[in-house]
Parts: sequence; C-alpha cells; structure tokens
Amino acid sequence: MTSDAPTLAGNAVPGPLAASLRRSPALRRRLLVLACFLVTALTLTPVVMMLLVAFQSDSESMAAKPSFWPGTWHFENISRAFQLVPLGRYLLNTVFFAGGTTLLETVTAAPAAYAFARLTFPGRGVLFGVYLTTLMIPAQVTLIPQFILVAKFHGVDTWPGMILPHAFTALGVFLLRQFFLGIPRDYEEAARLDGANRWQAFTRVIVPLAVPAIATLAVFKFISQWNNLLWPLVVSNSDATRTAAVGLQVFQSTDGTQWNLLLMAASICTVPLIVLFFLTQRWFVKGITMSGLGGR
Amino acid sequence: MAVEVHPAAPVRAPGPPRGRRHRWRGSETLAAWLFLLPSFAGFVVFTVVPVLGAGTISLLNWNLFSSPTWAGLHNFARLGPDPTFWSALGNTAYFTFVSVPLTLLVSLGLALLLNQGLRHVALFRSLLLLPYATITVAVAFVWIWLYIPHDGLVNAVLGLVGLHGPSWLISDEWAMPALIVMSVWKSFGFGMVIFLAGLQAIPQQLYEAARVDGTSPWQSFRNVTLPLLSPSVFFVVVTSVIGSFQVFDQALVMTNGGPGSRTTTLVMYIYQTGFENYDQGYAAAQSLVLFAFIAVITGLQFLLQRRLVHYDI
Repeated sequence: MTSDAPTLAGNAVPGPLAASLRRSPALRRRLLVLACFLVTALTLTPVVMMLLVAFQSDSESMAAKPSFWPGTWHFENISRAFQLVPLGRYLLNTVFFAGGTTLLETVTAAPAAYAFARLTFPGRGVLFGVYLTTLMIPAQVTLIPQFILVAKFHGVDTWPGMILPHAFTALGVFLLRQFFLGIPRDYEEAARLDGANRWQAFTRVIVPLAVPAIATLAVFKFISQWNNLLWPLVVSNSDATRTAAVGLQVFQSTDGTQWNLLLMAASICTVPLIVLFFLTQRWFVKGITMSGLGGR
Repeated sequence: MAVEVHPAAPVRAPGPPRGRRHRWRGSETLAAWLFLLPSFAGFVVFTVVPVLGAGTISLLNWNLFSSPTWAGLHNFARLGPDPTFWSALGNTAYFTFVSVPLTLLVSLGLALLLNQGLRHVALFRSLLLLPYATITVAVAFVWIWLYIPHDGLVNAVLGLVGLHGPSWLISDEWAMPALIVMSVWKSFGFGMVIFLAGLQAIPQQLYEAARVDGTSPWQSFRNVTLPLLSPSVFFVVVTSVIGSFQVFDQALVMTNGGPGSRTTTLVMYIYQTGFENYDQGYAAAQSLVLFAFIAVITGLQFLLQRRLVHYDI
C-alpha cells in the first residue's frame, strides 16, 4: 500500500527502488501506468471471454471442452440475438424501469438525507436506524408481500407497479447523508445569514456541492436496477414491460442454452451502461474538487 | 448542536428581518418532516408494510397457493434442529468475513492507484467498473469456465508457475474461496468509485502541509488519507457486509450451493425453502433471523464508527 500513498516526497523508507523512484517521477509514473494496465487486463479477462464466446458458432459455444477464440467470427449473432427475443423493446423497457426508479429515488432521497444530516428533530436517530435496518433485509423477504401489495392496487405489469416499490430505498438516503455530513457547515451558515430559508440552503448550497455524490448514487442505482432480475421477473408478464435481464432468461429456457447468443445479448445489454458510465464518470468523480470543496 | 451558535453580529445585507432567524430555527422539526416526507411515504408503503407482511407470514403455514393456517412460533422453533440452516449461516459468515476485507483492500488500492493523476485515467476507471456493470447471471457462467479443473484458464495460468490448481467449484475446501474471488471481482467497482469520490474531496493543501513537515508517504496515508476517507470506508464496509450476507445470484449459478451444502448461503436456503419447497412461513422466519444477525453486526459497526470515523474536515 505504501507505493500507493499520495505523495512520494519526504522521508520515504530508504531502499534502492524507493530512492530511484523519488529521484525519477517519470519512472514512477511509468510503473504506475504499467500497474494500471496489468490490473485492468486481469480484471477484464472474464469480460473479454464473454465477448469472444458471443461471436462463436452455436456448436463451438456448446462444446464440452471450451475454446475461447472463435474459429470464425459470427457477426450475425448480433442480429440473431435481436431476432430471438424483442431485445430492442426490452432495452427500451429497461431504460424506463431503471431510469424511473433512479429519478424518483434521487429526487426523494436527497432532501431526506439533508434532514438526517443537518436538521435536528425528535426521533431522528431512531428513524435513521429504521431506514438503515431495512437495508439489511434481503429482497427475497419482501418479494411476496410487495407483490401482494402491487396486485391489490392492480399494478402488476404496469410501470407504476414496476417502478414504485424500488424507488424509495434506504441506500440512497444513507449514501447522500454520508456525503452531506462531509460538507462544511460554514457554507450553509453563510447562506442562512444571507436570509436563505432551509429549502434555498438545500437547493442552492448543498445540492450544487453534492452533485458528484448525487451523480454517483444515480449511476449506481441505474446500474443495479438495470441488472435487477428478481422484481421485474415477478411483476412484469408481457413484452410491454419486460426488461432485458428478464428477457435473457428466454435464452436459458429454450432447448439447450445457446451460450453464444446469451452472452451476445448480455454483452449488448451491458453496452449502454458502459457508455453511460464513460460519459458521466469524469463529471462525478472530478466534480467534488471542481465544486471548491477540496481545493487543488 | 454547537453549529446552531452563530458568530456574533455578522455583516448583513438589508435582507429579512431579525425575527426570521429564530423562526428558521424553531420550525426545524416541521422543516425536517417536509424534507423527509416524499421519501418516508414511499418507504413506509413499499418497505415497512412489506416487512410487516413478512413478519405476519412467518407466523403462518403457507405454500403460496392454498389459504394459510396459523402456525404461531412453530416456524422459529424449527430453526434450532435444522442443520442446513446453521451450516448456511456459517457459510454466509465465512463468505462475509473473507470477501468484505478483500473487497475493501482491492477497491481502496485501485482508487489510490487511479487517483495519481495519470493520463487516460478516465479510460481505466470506466474499464475497471465493467465487472460491476455486467449482468451477474451471464458472467457467472464465464467464471464457471475459468474454474474448470483441467482446461480452465485459472488452472492453466497456475500451471505456468508450476502450481497444480484444485478442482475449484467441486472441491469442498476451494468452492467457497472461488466464489469469493468471483464476488470480489464483481463488486469492487462500487467501493472503488465511492473511494475515488472521497479521495477527490481531500484538500491537496493537507498533503502539501504534510510534505513540508517531512512525513513519509505511509505517514501521510495513515494520518491524512485514512482519517479523511473514513466516512467513505464506513459506508463501503457497512454496505458490503449487508450485501455479502445477501449473496445469491452468483452462488446459485456457479455452485447451486454445492458441493454438498458447502456454499449454500442463507439467502439461497431461504429461496429454496420459499420458492422450491413452497414453505413460505418457514422462509419468512429464516429471513427474519438472518435480518436480526445483520442488524446486530451493523449495530456493532455503528458503535465502532464513533471511535474511528471522522466527519469534520
């Protein structure tokens, strides 16, 4: 861990490597880049394998002895995956489901987290405890009661029935509260002295400062709902609401799993997440320093 | 709260009248509830009510299809003499206490590596988050291939350095470690991003000050980075412990609880009880006990937090 420490100058533990590293930031930089490459290559091996098998022929992907490099590249597997199930429709549904839960959760969790982090009110500790406690309840526990509830309101196979039960989790409140606690109180104090009310202090001071945290929450919520299998499996029963994760099940139920097409579909379903993360990560990871909280 | 005390006589624009500040403070409870309401309403309807529902189901004999009959505490009494329940609890604890520290180390290490201001770091960050973004059920199958005893990539690589790898997923001893490695791989991205955000928030001046004082990299990590990162570490530890106690998808696909019941986790057992044996009452009782265990462990972490986590910059 020592080599990962943020600054390298100073009385580093003497040693030939440490000494030459201290003398040559360029060498240190090169070693770090090499480490990045190695770690990334190692991490990506299973993902690359998923992609390779996705382009194999049917017989190759189902052979008892696995081979990973496709003998010939079957690019038509892409269109086959889209033909076997309405994957395009499912992807659109997944955008609705993941997007809807993410939007609702973010919009409701942020003010709640502010109340828990900054306002004092009777029962705050107990209520936060109750919120946290529900984080610990496995989804399997609430699945049946949630389904009964949604069925009572005729919400089965509807967007509200899909989205609402997963839009108010304690995780978002917990995450944002942790970030809000780290924002110096002076910023709000200043706004308060200028006569801002609580809502203004929240929307004009805290929210702008917490954009990175809120973006982080949104991205992770989006990813986890994108991959949520259990709830959509239970509550959606037509192509109108079926999500991609549920649609992938079809590949496994038809006679003998067609691994190449399953993994092709899985890869296709992952692409939007990669694009989303690539587009947003700079913004949400860098954001905190830009907000003036961290300084340079 | 000390923060409510204002510096005396601040310079004020001719803004709102004096009394306003007092009203601002006095209405704190009301304001808090207004802030909480949207989240709280949804939380009660879609989380608290279903949990109470699960509590009710635990007191019933119910197979999902016929009408339930009253069972009282019978379902809880069944837990004591059920060896599968206890071994599942043990497996879950094993999984949790190995995978959480590993996930923490990997995600913190990578966050520190990616926070060095290297070029193309955005690309590495995105690529390293890929495992987290992939669909568990699909990549779990790839991992089965990786772990195949003779032709699998893992053992082939071990063979290159002269090691004879075990038959991972069908080995009594190695099935759980194999599952843990896959799970760490799948989940470290979450912690990595949380840590990166936390690291970005640490003022660079603190490191400069430490450097002027002549501290070693290890000392500045120990005395600046760790304390200031502790809220993030706390968050990641709590959520990973909770997540590990609920490990399901990858265990189901990769080992289905085997060999024997070596990798049967509690949530798997709950799932089998409720949706394979259609014993919903007993499944609900098991999940409430699991929930009690997680609650105790999380409670302990919050107690520790008071000593180890620093919120003020």
